Amino acid sequence: MHVETLRDILAHHQAEPTRLLQILRDVQDHFHQIPLSAMPVIAEETGVPIAQVRGVTEFYSFLSTAKQGRFHLLVSDSISDHLLGSRDIAAYLSQKLGVAIGQTRADERVSLDYTSCTGLCDQGPAGLVNGHWIPRLTPERIDRIADLIERDVALSEWPEELFLVDDNIRKHGLLLNSELPLGAALKKALQQGADATLAALEKSGLRGRGGAGFPTAGKWRFCRQEAGEHIVVCNADEGEPGTFKDRVLLNQYAHGVFEGMTVCAATIGANKGFLYLRGEYRHLRPRLEAILNTRREQGLLGKDIGGRAGFDFDIEIHLGAGAYICGEESALIESLEGKRGVPRNRPPYPVTSGYLGKPTVVNNVETFLAAAQISLHGGEWFSAYGTGKSCGTKILSICGDCANPGIYEYPFGVTIREILQDCGAENTQGIQVGGPSGTFIGANEFDRLLAFEDLATGGSFIVFDQTRNVLEIARNFTHFFAHESCGFCTPCRVGTSLLRNLLDKICDGHGTAGDMLELSRLATQIKHASHCGLGQTASNPILSTLERFPEIYQAHLKTTTFEPGFDLDKALETSRRLTGRDDAQAHLETEGM
Amino acid sequence: MTEENVFNLDGQVIPFQEGDTIMDAAMRAGVYIPHLCHNPEFTPHGSCKLCTVKVNGRNCSACTFPAAANQTVFNNTDELNEIRLTLTQMLFVEGNHFCPSCEKSGNCQLQGVGYELGMLDTHFPLFYPQRQVDASHPDILLDRDRCILCSLCVRASRDADGKNVFAISGRGIQSQLVVNAESGLLEDTDLSADDRAAHICPVGAIIVKRHGFEAPIGERLFDHQTVGEWSLDQFDTGEQAWQRD
Repeated sequence: MHVETLRDILAHHQAEPTRLLQILRDVQDHFHQIPLSAMPVIAEETGVPIAQVRGVTEFYSFLSTAKQGRFHLLVSDSISDHLLGSRDIAAYLSQKLGVAIGQTRADERVSLDYTSCTGLCDQGPAGLVNGHWIPRLTPERIDRIADLIERDVALSEWPEELFLVDDNIRKHGLLLNSELPLGAALKKALQQGADATLAALEKSGLRGRGGAGFPTAGKWRFCRQEAGEHIVVCNADEGEPGTFKDRVLLNQYAHGVFEGMTVCAATIGANKGFLYLRGEYRHLRPRLEAILNTRREQGLLGKDIGGRAGFDFDIEIHLGAGAYICGEESALIESLEGKRGVPRNRPPYPVTSGYLGKPTVVNNVETFLAAAQISLHGGEWFSAYGTGKSCGTKILSICGDCANPGIYEYPFGVTIREILQDCGAENTQGIQVGGPSGTFIGANEFDRLLAFEDLATGGSFIVFDQTRNVLEIARNFTHFFAHESCGFCTPCRVGTSLLRNLLDKICDGHGTAGDMLELSRLATQIKHASHCGLGQTASNPILSTLERFPEIYQAHLKTTTFEPGFDLDKALETSRRLTGRDDAQAHLETEGM
Repeated sequence: MTEENVFNLDGQVIPFQEGDTIMDAAMRAGVYIPHLCHNPEFTPHGSCKLCTVKVNGRNCSACTFPAAANQTVFNNTDELNEIRLTLTQMLFVEGNHFCPSCEKSGNCQLQGVGYELGMLDTHFPLFYPQRQVDASHPDILLDRDRCILCSLCVRASRDADGKNVFAISGRGIQSQLVVNAESGLLEDTDLSADDRAAHICPVGAIIVKRHGFEAPIGERLFDHQTVGEWSLDQFDTGEQAWQRD
């Protein structure tokens, strides 16, 4: 390790403790690991204790104390990629590159692993190379990638075509259709004043688009009332498997999103803003930085914005590093502060005590875009659409078994059936609405409505046809939550792993009726005892499929009343290795004992 | 105390002071709410979730949730005690807890809570994790097999000792206690046997060497009192001490 390079990285970030995660990301990029020997240097310069530097490093999936390859390949393990054959693709990559999944090749050139949803569900199977996305992985494309790697071609020299991602906007609605001239919404906000902007937001009925649905006007108002410096944060950490709308919004509508953040700053009186961009979307960063620069040149960011003396506001981009939990707003704030993404105890809520204890508004990408448009067009323009309780439109990310996966915008209150027709879904068995943390609905529920009062969603909409195995879907999601649990509270830390193991036992054909009861009891307790939304919803895939498809579970059960929670034969493996035996006598009979 | 500053806990009227959590007010009133990661001496953490109570119909951690006038709080109910029992069993199977050979047996709060809740077995399949035991320090043993990730040592070292010897690392079920040294070993930290952090562990994960099994069976902490009685007693003593300060 070159200590000089490390010190340069630290100097680039002024060795700010709040930038610890950003520092670690750069160290990872440069050295392909966070060497243990780097930690004392980082600790010395940032003032963060070594143990905490290690604690942050080992929290995020994209940071590694072990050496990774100069080309680090990740294949998405999300359900939508599974449906498109991601497991076979990973096996092909593994064979082609001569590296086992989860390993680094001996020459340290390449490493391969699985990762959670990469947000390319409409063009999977997808992967990441050194954090840069590569959609539509086929054997042909893998051959090209393997060739580039074996010839040691630098990533910057790879053909741009490999990284090309389509926006796939299939249905434009209110937000996606509306023109938003540069600075127009902000100009209106400054003219009409904060009270009028808040009144328009109130009238619009806009609720948070991340899924929780907290009224936006209320959030801004609560924050504005607080004394001291205010902060605006845009949550672009869309990690819910099956969601990719923010990827498209940031690619095509970033001006509108930044404008919404600036309108918020003008309304609540903030000087500082952050875009927390999920690590999987790092490819978007240069483009977003360029847009921020344009806005600075146009006087829409920086000092005395819009000619109003004293209105100073700027936006900084922070990159995440592979942690679903950072989509939870208080975990996101912890991560922005350079810490482990562990959700805080509430109260206090971020609107009173957020980033560095300052009053903070955290909103979803889509919420800020809508807020900018509402500032310009007024509240009624928005509330004219949707149902009484769910105003306006919702942008959906549709993927899975349908002819036209992509982005669809609908007024709230649309039926599931209409959406299925539009995206070309046939023989649909069920839909995961709102991602793994949402609800799995079956064919007799397609007349239900997409709305906060019926089926709420942050935007994820995954379609499964009749050929899919419901149990395997629940299993994928349950593994996902166990992988993404932050480990803070007992029920989620231990419970999600217990659920995973128990569901594996049933899926592998070792489950009994007692296990099914236990699955339901445990899932319910985790839901009721967990600290944050992750743990409270981690059981949903099991609970919603158990409720709707008990017969599928039952079909997997053994007729005995008890099966041990471990594999008896596997438990003898150590003895077999020690005695050098592997004959029939050294194995238990698995059936008919 | 004004008349408004009361809430209802299992039908009992509990007075509270400004800034109290539900746990503070309940303890002062002599009502035990099971807990492991909480110690009134330190900032509440809210992670073990044993103190889960139902406040106006919603489950909250009593140790972090502020007491407020007219709250209706349920604590000692079958539903909540079943959750607590499950959580305790989870903590047992997550680590490697062998009570009969543990120096902390009889003085261990995890064991004490197990008795309090009527735990008869671990119920869940054991994880048997492989965790590093660190005996490098001349005076203190760190046995991660017994760690329940309550973070009391993290808080004690940071807030009482001003040293930051401990931190939680990893994520999810891979979470583990790490120490502040490049080597990762306790001997290379500035932890001393006089530190608060060396004495705060509710289980047997951090113990001072050469003091094992000092109290014979029959004279240990929880041989004649329950963990509930003991923690209420500790709270009273503690509060008198803080008022003197």
